[in-house]
Amino acid sequence: MEKFTGKVWVMGDDIDTDIILPTEYLVFKTIDEMKPYAFSPLRQDIAKELKSGDIIVAGNNFGCGSSREQAPEVVKALGVKCVIAKSFARIFFRNAINNGLLLIENPDLADDIKEGDEITVTINEKIEYNGKEYPIVSLPDNLVEILDAGGLVKAMRRRNGLSD
Amino acid sequence: MGHTMIEKIIAHNVGHEVKPGDIVTVDVDYVMLDDIMMPFIVSKFKEMGFSKVWDPKKTVIICDHLVPASQVDDTRAYHISCDFAKEQEIPNLHRSDGICHQLMTEAGYVKPGHVVFGTDSHTTTYGCVGAFSSGIGYTEMASILGTGQLWIRVPSTIKVNITGKLPSNVMSKDVILKIIGDLTAAGATYKALEFTGDTVENMSVSSRMTMTNMAIEAGAKCGLFAPDEKTAEYCEIELDDFQKNLKGDDDAVYEQVLNYRAEDFVPVMAVPSNVDHCVPISEIGDVKVDQVFLGSCTNGRLEDLMAAAEVLKGKKIAPFVRFIVTPASRKVYQEALQNGTLDILLDAGADITHPSCGLCCGRTGGILTDGEVVVATNNRNFLGRMGTNKVNIYLASPKSAAMSALTGKISAAE
Amino acid sequence: MGMTIAEKIIARASGNEVVKANDICTVELDLLMSNDGTSHITVDKYNALKNPHIADPSKLVWIVDHNLPSDSVKTAASHKKMRDFARENGITYYEGEGVCHQVMMEKHVRPGQLIFGADSHTCAYGALGAFGTGVGNTDYLYAMVTGTSWVLVPETLRFNLTGKLSEGVYARDLILTIIGKISANGANYKAMEFGGEGLKSIDMAGRISICNLCVEAGAKTALMEVDEVAMDYLKAHGREPVQCFAPDADAEYAHVYDIDLSTIKPIVAKPHFVDNVVPAEEAFGTHIDEAFLGSCNNGRIEDFRIGAEILKGRKVNPDVRFLVVPASRDVYRQAMKEGLLAIFMEAGAIVMNPNCSVCWGACQGVIGEGETLISTGTRNFKGRCGHRESFVYLASAATVTASAIKGEITTADRL
Repeated sequence: MEKFTGKVWVMGDDIDTDIILPTEYLVFKTIDEMKPYAFSPLRQDIAKELKSGDIIVAGNNFGCGSSREQAPEVVKALGVKCVIAKSFARIFFRNAINNGLLLIENPDLADDIKEGDEITVTINEKIEYNGKEYPIVSLPDNLVEILDAGGLVKAMRRRNGLSD
Repeated sequence: MGHTMIEKIIAHNVGHEVKPGDIVTVDVDYVMLDDIMMPFIVSKFKEMGFSKVWDPKKTVIICDHLVPASQVDDTRAYHISCDFAKEQEIPNLHRSDGICHQLMTEAGYVKPGHVVFGTDSHTTTYGCVGAFSSGIGYTEMASILGTGQLWIRVPSTIKVNITGKLPSNVMSKDVILKIIGDLTAAGATYKALEFTGDTVENMSVSSRMTMTNMAIEAGAKCGLFAPDEKTAEYCEIELDDFQKNLKGDDDAVYEQVLNYRAEDFVPVMAVPSNVDHCVPISEIGDVKVDQVFLGSCTNGRLEDLMAAAEVLKGKKIAPFVRFIVTPASRKVYQEALQNGTLDILLDAGADITHPSCGLCCGRTGGILTDGEVVVATNNRNFLGRMGTNKVNIYLASPKSAAMSALTGKISAAE
Repeated sequence: MGMTIAEKIIARASGNEVVKANDICTVELDLLMSNDGTSHITVDKYNALKNPHIADPSKLVWIVDHNLPSDSVKTAASHKKMRDFARENGITYYEGEGVCHQVMMEKHVRPGQLIFGADSHTCAYGALGAFGTGVGNTDYLYAMVTGTSWVLVPETLRFNLTGKLSEGVYARDLILTIIGKISANGANYKAMEFGGEGLKSIDMAGRISICNLCVEAGAKTALMEVDEVAMDYLKAHGREPVQCFAPDADAEYAHVYDIDLSTIKPIVAKPHFVDNVVPAEEAFGTHIDEAFLGSCNNGRIEDFRIGAEILKGRKVNPDVRFLVVPASRDVYRQAMKEGLLAIFMEAGAIVMNPNCSVCWGACQGVIGEGETLISTGTRNFKGRCGHRESFVYLASAATVTASAIKGEITTADRL
């Protein structure tokens, strides 16, 4: 199983899509142009500070609000390896999977974690932090298929007989 | 074993019985594409290797977030929308007719029992006529445009049963805000909300729309009202047998049932900055208001404008308060023009804009600055949604909003 | 030696019996108009003064019209600064009443006044025989603090109008023709004075449109003789003149133009200058993306009647966004009462709240890259109405409406 370690950024409950990417920036042509504004209503500078391989740990209902897919796309583009939350809003969940952004639901980690600490994730198995293990529930098969294909666009390309 | 409404709609669509948790692939009856997502939908559609939309007649493109353009780059999405409609011979293109969620039912697309997806979270609205409708991202929309299908997990259902007569100063907005407050913003995640009881049966389709529109604010996949005679009249159809039977069975299994007495509801607001922070207006205290916004797919309909006009007739709003009225559609605007509602609002001091998303999507239409307070009839009060992150957004019913404009401070209608 | 209207007003405002062109006079201002284009900057400069003081707050009129409703956090902050300052200092303040010059005409301007406005189109007030001129915010601030300012008495160009405009030809065509004739700097530092029998046949809406656009020829101000038409307008709005000035028979003019109104034809100004005018037919067939009926130049009820008459029973071309923007709340109300808004909405137009809209190139209605607009607004400078790579044609309310129906530039008689 794939295993990785990353530095953690901690966020609270109900991190909504207007926080993840305010409407103002949705009309930008590329996700890259949107990157500096990610999370700006809540934490002005975090987009600058996030490094590739970092992990976001949040409370309940991460990604609630709008269907804007720019939200998971911009999180992925910032190099965030995965988001671990107590729960995710459903549209955000689907959008993230469709773009190959890994989401992990865990009820306890957010209460234990401190920002800046490191955690180790073994996909479909467990999260390790501070000598403690947090189990990961595996995803339904149809979602694993999309993730395996590298996202929905690639899955559709395959369906249409095109190469990646 | 009986079935909930959502189970019936999905079963009808896929041709076999379903239960919560099943993963099924549905045939889509309509898709709604809004302007702000169009550039990405089109590019993903092409990237996926599709060249023709599966069914142009089932595709509806609506320019509402970015018309009229407030920034020079806004017209890009507009032209991509128009060009795609032309290229794919999509007959359903609305360029300045109002908000997508208002138009999908008002312009006659969505009917009871339909399965509809849209690239906007408030697509849940169409449950007002008993359709299963839900918001998706642009990548999934691109795949539906190519295939006409989408996989879904059959949701379990929370039934919300309301009986009795609502107090006269309580609107359906107060009802749904209270329910979201009780459920919390994630309380219905992945689930369907089914609204029942004589209180909602007595509501107009417009009032029901306010509630299904906001179902997403409790995280719900959809919100549903059983179609009835009012629905049939609104949709200009006669209900067929499937549609007539489209209600939760008595022996259906609900994950949870919430019972409310209509008489217990009071005027409320969702206070900054979460939709589930629901507080009775009588407990909010003395808060000065800088601006009031009456509009959006939640509360920009004729009955909303008329409710505000009733409060404001022959009166003037408080000095230095801005009162922005953005009707939900061209039709609403025209009807309000014709029946004298706009006249009353104008005389009270309203700025009446062209129908569009306006302030609700936070790109124009009354953006605010640090320390300002806005009472708004739309669906979200998230941090930074209508300006800086120091703007305080209170969500309210049209009556409470009008009263707040009149007094210049947060108030409920008498 | 006799005086022109401009000279007479300055003489009054400076307490002199006689002034003549090129004199420099200290004048007392009657009114000081400022809008949300610059008021926030004026407030900043005011607050930086050692002993800030307003000579007479009752002479100040502040109007929010450019970006309304607020379209960005920046605008919201500017508006708040302006609103708070007006409130604290007892300044007459309008937000949502309409475009500043229209609001001034409806509620404040009186014949004989000398008025500074922190906006170039302040010259519109000449339609009521008032000397209105645009100033920058430093000049504005000085006048606000002292109640006075200096002016160089302008030379005057006299326009004697005879005859009548033909059917389908409007004041807008006349002033565009004049600007084309004398060029965009043909009236630099000068006053443009209009009179003659022909003027009587032009209604107030047309007169305001003419005076408003004189700055596009570089004029310091525009002035018209106050006649019955002007007096009726003034009375209807509940005001009296300060003093009505007519030029002396022996007034000295830098140049006198005689214009027979019957010779004027529909005209358009092509991108990117107001004086780049051609007969409308030379622009026929030009594809348009947007059409705009509104602004301080042509957003009045008379313009709406012209537009609605042409549009009635027809549809806006589906490929055109037709912005219809009343110049004021009063215009909006009247258009509502007369059923004009219903006609515009039925035809598919975008009816907005009174504001400057695309004329100012901010707020709602801006045009994008490569787009073409036909507009009753004041200016067609490159980039003025949106993207720097966009194109603006200026024309009358009739020509703009006809073009919105056709989807390309045309005149109403060709529909």
